[in-house]
Amino acid sequence: MTWDFVHYGLGRWLHILSGVMWIGLLYYFNFVQVDALKKAAADTPPTGAGITKHVAPLALFYFRWAAVATWVMGAFLLGDKFAQAFLFREQAYVPIGIGAWLGTIMLFNVWVLIWPNQKKILGMKPASDEEKAKARRVAFLASRANTMLSIPMIFFMASSAVFHRPLFGG
Amino acid sequence: MKNPLDSLWGTVISGLVLTVVLYYLARSMMGG
Repeated sequence: MTWDFVHYGLGRWLHILSGVMWIGLLYYFNFVQVDALKKAAADTPPTGAGITKHVAPLALFYFRWAAVATWVMGAFLLGDKFAQAFLFREQAYVPIGIGAWLGTIMLFNVWVLIWPNQKKILGMKPASDEEKAKARRVAFLASRANTMLSIPMIFFMASSAVFHRPLFGG
Repeated sequence: MKNPLDSLWGTVISGLVLTVVLYYLARSMMGG
């Protein structure tokens, strides 16, 4: 087994596997759970307790750790080109550099804005009703921002390979 | 003005617009 196979074969595979889990759960939250919980809250009596008690904490667990795994495996894939990509030092690394920056902003949103506020919303951390309302808004907007950023992020990840370079006029 | 992120379609359209903007930015950074 060569180093290139471990680096570009296994590394890319694990990057994509964890990325599918991360973005898949992000889309579950945004395309399914938000709307489902809104409808469940309107039921008499409200029917969303099972989702917030059993589904959301488990989904958030895999979501936040898949985000870390995706970023770490992405950094591993960039290897010694990490600085070239993030600092846009080489023209060929501009597309993946933009994708890497979008992924990094998204990872920040997961760990700094979404997860701490979700802990308050789900009752894992004590919070007043006012704090919970504020946490709900911040977590919602950060999650929606990540959904928005995921669209260009996946475009740049998918189009950064050598054979797609003519797409950028290269 | 309403925040586009409040609606799912607003979020998706914002993402598509951002993709186009960043694509042209990448092209110009690559001299294309």
